[in-house]
Amino acid sequence: MAIIYIDGKPLETQDGQNLLEACIELGLNVPYFCWHPALGSVGACRQCAVKQYRDENDKQGRLVMSCMTLVTDGMRISVDESESKDFRANIIDWMMTNHPHDCPVCDEGGECHLQDMTLMTGHNYRTYRFKKKTYVNQNLGPFINHEMNRCIQCYRCVRYYKDYAGGHDLDAFASHNHVYFGRHEDGVLESEFSGNLVEVCPTGVFTDKTLKEHFTRRWDYTTAPSVCVHCALGCNITPGERYGKLRRIRNRYNRSVNGYFLCDRGRYGYEFVNSDKRPKAPLKRQMIDGKPVHVPMTRDEALSEIGKFFSNGSKAIGIGSPRASLEANFALRALVGAENFYLGLSKADGKLLSAVLEIVLSGPARQPSLGELKDHDAVLILGEDMTNVAPIAALNIRQSVNNQPRANAKAMGIPEWNDLPVRRAMDTDRGPLFIASVAPTRLDDVATQTFHATPDGIASLGFAIANFIDPQSPAANVSGEVRALAQQIATALQSAQKPLVVSGPSCRSEAVIQAAANIAWALCRKAKPAGIYFAAPESNSVGLGLFGGANIENAAEALRKGGADTLVVLENDLYRRVPAALVDELLSLAKHVLVVDHQYSATAQKAEYVLPGATFAEGDGTLVNNIGRAQRMMQVFNPEGEITESWRWLRRLRAASGKGREDEWISFDSFLHALVAEIPAFSHILDAAPTAAFRVGGLKIPRQSHRYSGRTAMKANVAVSETGVTADPDSPMSFSMEGFSMMTPAALMSSFWTPGWNSAQSITRFQEEVNGPLEGGDPGVRLIEPQPDSAVPYFDAVETNESHDAAWTALPLYHIYGSEELSASSPAVAELSPKPYAMLHSDDARARGLLDGDAVTVKIDGQEISTSLKTNDTMARGVVCLPAGLEDAPYIEFPAAAEILRSVTS
Amino acid sequence: MSERPLTEHIPTDGSALSLKDYERVGGYAAVRTALGGLQPADVTQCVKDAGLRGRGGAGFPTGVKWALVPMGPEAAKPKYLVVNADEMEPGTFKDRWLLEGNPHQLIEGIILASFAIQAEISYIFLRGEYTVAQERIEHALHEAYEAGYLGENILGSGFNLGTYLHMSIGRYICGEETALLNALEGKRATPRTKPPFPQISGLWGKPTIVNNVETLCNIPHIINKGADWYKSVSKTPNGGTKLYGVSGKVKKPGLWELPLGATVGELMDLAGGMRDGLALRGIIPGGASTDFLGPEHLELQMDFDTVPKAGSRMGTGTMIILDDKTCPVGMIRNLTQFFSQESCGWCTPCRDGLPWLEKTLAAIDEGSGVPDDINHLKRHVKLLGPGMTFCALAPGAMAPLGSALTRFAEDFERHIREKRCPWKN
Ligand SMILES: Cc1cc2nc3c(=O)[nH]c(=O)nc-3n(C[C@H](O)[C@H](O)[C@H](O)COP(=O)(O)O)c2cc1C
Ligand code: SF4
Ligand code: SF4
Ligand code: SF4
Ligand code: FES
Repeated sequence: MAIIYIDGKPLETQDGQNLLEACIELGLNVPYFCWHPALGSVGACRQCAVKQYRDENDKQGRLVMSCMTLVTDGMRISVDESESKDFRANIIDWMMTNHPHDCPVCDEGGECHLQDMTLMTGHNYRTYRFKKKTYVNQNLGPFINHEMNRCIQCYRCVRYYKDYAGGHDLDAFASHNHVYFGRHEDGVLESEFSGNLVEVCPTGVFTDKTLKEHFTRRWDYTTAPSVCVHCALGCNITPGERYGKLRRIRNRYNRSVNGYFLCDRGRYGYEFVNSDKRPKAPLKRQMIDGKPVHVPMTRDEALSEIGKFFSNGSKAIGIGSPRASLEANFALRALVGAENFYLGLSKADGKLLSAVLEIVLSGPARQPSLGELKDHDAVLILGEDMTNVAPIAALNIRQSVNNQPRANAKAMGIPEWNDLPVRRAMDTDRGPLFIASVAPTRLDDVATQTFHATPDGIASLGFAIANFIDPQSPAANVSGEVRALAQQIATALQSAQKPLVVSGPSCRSEAVIQAAANIAWALCRKAKPAGIYFAAPESNSVGLGLFGGANIENAAEALRKGGADTLVVLENDLYRRVPAALVDELLSLAKHVLVVDHQYSATAQKAEYVLPGATFAEGDGTLVNNIGRAQRMMQVFNPEGEITESWRWLRRLRAASGKGREDEWISFDSFLHALVAEIPAFSHILDAAPTAAFRVGGLKIPRQSHRYSGRTAMKANVAVSETGVTADPDSPMSFSMEGFSMMTPAALMSSFWTPGWNSAQSITRFQEEVNGPLEGGDPGVRLIEPQPDSAVPYFDAVETNESHDAAWTALPLYHIYGSEELSASSPAVAELSPKPYAMLHSDDARARGLLDGDAVTVKIDGQEISTSLKTNDTMARGVVCLPAGLEDAPYIEFPAAAEILRSVTS
Repeated sequence: MSERPLTEHIPTDGSALSLKDYERVGGYAAVRTALGGLQPADVTQCVKDAGLRGRGGAGFPTGVKWALVPMGPEAAKPKYLVVNADEMEPGTFKDRWLLEGNPHQLIEGIILASFAIQAEISYIFLRGEYTVAQERIEHALHEAYEAGYLGENILGSGFNLGTYLHMSIGRYICGEETALLNALEGKRATPRTKPPFPQISGLWGKPTIVNNVETLCNIPHIINKGADWYKSVSKTPNGGTKLYGVSGKVKKPGLWELPLGATVGELMDLAGGMRDGLALRGIIPGGASTDFLGPEHLELQMDFDTVPKAGSRMGTGTMIILDDKTCPVGMIRNLTQFFSQESCGWCTPCRDGLPWLEKTLAAIDEGSGVPDDINHLKRHVKLLGPGMTFCALAPGAMAPLGSALTRFAEDFERHIREKRCPWKN
């Protein structure tokens, strides 16, 4: 702790901080541009100047940049002194010499850090009387709009994009006051994290291009705290709605999860919510002109007609979903009975998920939170392309390789926030990161060593590493070369303070997952507190797994056995999970098929009844992320028509069937209590957010800002009288501007605003300390903790069978854009989805006379897939990789034996 | 005639001293002495004792700078020595003479400095337009490698040094030592945060010394003849001779090696005085980024401690002369245009302030100035002063402007009053 004097007042600050951070934590308004909490200080903009005095007798003082000045005990500074104030106002004056005065038509307007800083410094009148210069803007792809004229040259964008996110195709060009921030030529930004430029850039240069299609000012959104549903990490988000449309997704800071950043799938995948193909009323299939057509029905019709199928004495089979909330899955289970509830996973998927759960529930290794990934100093990834499967985890692992150079810089006396020299240390030095995968991954550029092999090869490497660390862990039979690599990796992990082993289901191999566990456990048993981190496929995969239950194949068996007339499919497109023939059979075995979903999926299209479910933005629910962190999503807005949460539909059906009382679970909280009472593994989810009865100062928390405009007029086309505010029985938030918007608990915070701070930069005002937790603690609760003294035995090593016959092993490659069902239907994401392909090692291809670009037919399980060949020089041999989950691509159960034939050209 | 250790052997026909010629006049003797028995610290101490101050413009004591480099087996490796041969300061052309005329003298200086800090690798960062120097350095490096002065195990001493020539792309900011290091690394030539200084975290984060060409050319002579001799050739407590230059409308613009501390008047005499019909109005003493002196300063000694007393800096020691028939506003406009164009674009005051000044000066020069422009210029001189910007480029640019606004106040006002440049009819 250091005591410093600011304008004569003694104040407490933390040692090692810079003065700007100290001022921010003290709540002072010192303006800044180039500093960013995740990027540190570079002293470029000169906006944060304050006066520093040598001692109490020094009346002159000198200007210093607060972001570049280390706090020292007894230091004397002034923020209010006139020379520094004048200088700060001048910085804006200079920036404005070329800044267009286009706030009214700028998408940043109203949440612009430049506007905020302009007001803060008191710069009012423009004195520049010459012509402004202009730039040519670029087309940067479907996500990011570029308007270079608004640039104030703070260099944040390139520092974020290149230094932090590891991108290569955004740079600063030219010099003096012609510096240009963009690509070397027009083109789609390559980084999977480009969307963060929108929040990192303090002006309107980089803005959300998808938002442009349905633009809304910051103060006009209705928002609520929510959780991204596009992968299993559960990044915290703030969706914004107006006029019944979801307009955009913004980052919601949570130090333990995503911090300041989202991936582009998460930011731009939201438009499936606005799809006009969604069911909006209950639908019933009828034959019209000999064709099956879904016809809308009223809620009452639907409930009385469908409710009967669940009445006492009738049996229904329920299939849950890893992309539906805990509540929805539980409601289905309650409706059909636990014995008739099946996880919406294939047998193979279920097996991989159980393998992971068994490890994390019974083993000694702790799963770090997403945010903690950054803190590890040696990382081994077994079998995952994290960037495409768990994007923000990849971004954070990328930061982990900087810990060693950061420590070296610190030893040289360079504070961590002093970004330029720290980055220089990172130029020539990097902490250990080893990646074993089937094909190259997007983190390879910072890897110490990569290793490409079949899943068995990867597993064997893993078992060999574990065996090096603890000879008790079963050895694997590997070549000398692999042994040497295993030893190198084992040594690196053992010499680290905080080693981490990352794996997941993408190799479709239990052995890979178990090898990862052996390594982490071996480290733990050698007194090295290793972390273990598994990617999971979907937003609630782990939550679903914790319910326990059988799989889709078992559901089919149950139906085959007879006795059940009705099949309920919850938020699940079965055609994406098991072979089409099996789904067709399932659907035909049941007399009645009901789908509750917000998507009009292939499965829904074949259902007799469809009930319109709510998306994440339209309902409340809890998701459990890949490491077992339960997080609450709050309803953002009231959807059209009869759309409502799936759990609510299922509750209604339960009441209509006579199984449950009419008023049972009428409130979300009572429903949660029922859930927890039945499944104690979930008991902590009650702490994920305050109950609906929670109030601040006797008031609810508003979803709308106090500047929300047009509410008396926005529905004037329907009725001129102001419509009443919809009640929200499920949460302590109100669907209006009214309420108490201060002192909000973090779990209910979606909009971070405080006077003078309208932009994304306002977040520092809500942190306990810079880069610290939100005031009151980060929302979310961990459901899974390790068993430190666990004596679970190591897993047995696999027998590697590297020899392959004529058949190829087909394996999936996941794509950040395209492999995930919901985001793939958002136009911007769809635009970047890959075209189908089959990828082989170049030598494998050559040996069969095939070349990159050739048209080929891949035969798997009797299916013939015509596609185009891609070759790769380093991927595993004997393997053919196919993109996973692309729209319209047939389901393949990986790993599969495949044949590859040259397509006959006509 | 005073001693001229740096330039006495440079051929007057414009050619360069070959390795043989250089050795014949005592070349590489200092390297033999140093590598043949001196400790690195001895070399540094000798340079410290000699009182050599850097000739790149700032005048930092060279030995002191070297002594800041971490030494011993624990020190980070490799260490680097970088020669700043960027010489883009307007009015400055002194290093060129040394580079073109006696490249081996520089190479010998490089070997000695590298030995002193135990650098294994050195770079000569050369101004892009210096193509004659480029050829000659390349040739000299080749000769030095062949003769065993560079490379592995130099003269059997166990000391290794690789020296490489790197051509600058031609930006003034590349002469700023930390921007130079970024440029060498292939990054944007923007200056770096200090501290850490290059001595601690320089090229690729390793300990690095950046010295000016002229600075390094002094080293062989200091080692050969000793600190006392070095001090004796100077008129000031800081040792050595200095290359002084005069440009502008004098009779014989040129460059001379004189004892450090020669007076402005002596230099004007060597330059033959003003051209006929012209009178001396102003003197920018040390390259464009120093404050104007005037005709009253003919007695002023040109050295690091005396010039500041008169309100300016010695800089590079190459004077630019303003006569009474040249418009001072036009001159300042020209200089400001240069600095504005050469701003690296990293920090706001310089990047956006200098173009504004340039436009304001152009307006005044072209007759569209307004009275408030003067205040505007004056404010900027303060706002772009030392400590306000990220590096010294902008404060350097403010030196001639600020002093001109005082010294030639009436000229500025007259332009605005008459709405024209009085020098252009
Ligand atoms: C804008 C700017 C340009 C500079 N250009 C040069 C140059 O061309 N040559 C040079 O030797 N020093 C130049 N310097 C000074 C260097 O930064 C540095 O001080 C010098 O190379 C140190 O060498 P010395 O200690 O031998 O003088 C420049 C400084 C600034 C701020
Ligand atoms: S584009 Fe934005 S982030 Fe990049 S330098 Fe300009 S203002 Fe800063
Ligand atoms: S990493 Fe996953 S949870 Fe996070 S924003 Fe991207 S898709 Fe969403
Ligand atoms: S003063 Fe700033 S903008 Fe100017 S050259 Fe130096 S760092 Fe670059
Ligand atoms: S924030 Fe301190 S200089 Fe930019």
